[in-house]
Amino acid sequence: MNIVVCVKYVPDTQADRHFEDDNTTDRTGDGLLSELDEYAIEEALKLVEADSGEVTVLTIGPAGAADALKKALQMGADRGIHINDDAIAGSDAVGTSLVLAEAIKKAGTPDLVLTGMASTDGTMGVLPAMLAERLGLPQVTMSATLAVADGSVRARRDGDAASEQIVAALPAVVSVTDQINEPRYPSFKGIMAAKKKPVETWSLGDLGVDAASVGLGGAYTEVLSVSKRPPREQGEIITDEGDGGTKLAAFLAARKFI
Amino acid sequence: MADVFVLVDHANGVVRKTTAELLTLAARVGNPVAIFVGPGVEKAQPVLARFGATRVFAMDNADVTGYLVAPQAELLAGLVKKFQPAAVLIPANPAGKEIAARLAIKTDSGLITDAIDVVAGDGGVETTQSVFAGSYTVTARVTKGTPIIAVKPNSAAPVESAAAAQVVPVNLTITEGGKGAKITESSPRVASGRPELNEAAIIVSGGRGTAGDFDAVEAFADSLGAAVGASRAAVDAGWYPHTAQIGQTGKQVSPQLYVAAGISGAIQHRAGMQTSKTIVAVNKDPEAPIFELVDFGVVGDLFSVLPQATAEVEASKA
Repeated sequence: MNIVVCVKYVPDTQADRHFEDDNTTDRTGDGLLSELDEYAIEEALKLVEADSGEVTVLTIGPAGAADALKKALQMGADRGIHINDDAIAGSDAVGTSLVLAEAIKKAGTPDLVLTGMASTDGTMGVLPAMLAERLGLPQVTMSATLAVADGSVRARRDGDAASEQIVAALPAVVSVTDQINEPRYPSFKGIMAAKKKPVETWSLGDLGVDAASVGLGGAYTEVLSVSKRPPREQGEIITDEGDGGTKLAAFLAARKFI
Repeated sequence: MADVFVLVDHANGVVRKTTAELLTLAARVGNPVAIFVGPGVEKAQPVLARFGATRVFAMDNADVTGYLVAPQAELLAGLVKKFQPAAVLIPANPAGKEIAARLAIKTDSGLITDAIDVVAGDGGVETTQSVFAGSYTVTARVTKGTPIIAVKPNSAAPVESAAAAQVVPVNLTITEGGKGAKITESSPRVASGRPELNEAAIIVSGGRGTAGDFDAVEAFADSLGAAVGASRAAVDAGWYPHTAQIGQTGKQVSPQLYVAAGISGAIQHRAGMQTSKTIVAVNKDPEAPIFELVDFGVVGDLFSVLPQATAEVEASKA
């Protein structure tokens, strides 16, 4: 079974994040593989270990994004594809999904396209559905469990209103939540082996995608303004000396919650 | 005046509060038109009428309800192409965002997710979003196609505005491609008896500090008529269900009051509650990052503080 895992190189969520003058997000600091993508890589590795096949990991980003691919290769992915083209900078989700879909087609649409549930920076959670739409494949998204057998994929999806069982024939687009597995740490052997694994770099030209349809200029949405919210002022902190609960209730009363 | 579509969030015709909020937002921009998928439209109709829906396009058959997300996107796309609304508002829950995402591709339109406000601006529909764990506010608009906007709960106070809500049945043939992901089983969540996290005015959450015992958290929540949430640590330990998880990979809430008990306040959790109007924390560790966010904090043992607070709250009701 061949699997393509889409991953993203994101800014560190612990660091202070801000915007550039053109209202795009600042990506100049150190980044890393989006944590939620690790669950997708792990799931791909488990599926291929149980069966046979290859895991290709795909990312869009500037040079630094190669680090995201590297981590995936160290975990055990077989090869990497890095879409690197300055014209993609500032793309919205619609543009990003176009580039990823074309890259997946060029890589030879696999049995399974796997992603995490959302990126840790954009946090939209819409790419998997967009990929399914563009590739004309079933979407089996927000999967908390996953099983592949007899040319079908089965998943449990835990929604707000109900827990559902979803079934689709392969090939399919699947996204997995952080409930699905425990991502492995790269072993020393995996780290060494990763150095020899092939990584191809493609530009928009290689994909046949017109630069005008992506990037900041090609985006279908426009940010009008960004403003930093004043940080929350820390209120009163007391130490419980046998009356902490009483004081808490008094605070709530003063704020008219009781 | 152009139509503004609102995808109705309901359970068998019981309309959720988010729908009333979205209809209220829709009215700022155009003529609210509800899109209702699944059974129960007769039950929903009076509520949709009360909150301003002029028409209700309704579709209910096994094709549109039995497959994940794609059929609803097809239905909306068909209606968008026919009626050219000024915008489409969809609740920003996971399925809603996916429907919105596919609709954007189908109609070659821009998509904005997790909007906390929608207004009619000079250049068209404008949205507000709270990003980077609440540290920035962003305004934006769609520049191509029909603005597709996924709106968060608690983004507007619902305003009653009586309208006809005339039900118009729709019977679109769903394509084979739209039926790729079959829902073979559905186990509805058992109602907890407490408010839904997305709708609750007050939420009391427990974390690692509960050591698995949520009794004090629940009793305090019940004294306030609150919903109960849990940190990722508590859910991972199996102490509380994932549906109660507040955080980056759980629910993102913005209640009037959020009480965090035994929760350290890691950024993953903060992303889920940082925009709450009033924040209170109880934690044994004075260095817990959660205290940076609070309007009021107690350094102490939640097993002493919460029961004492609960007793005070109960007494104040007498």
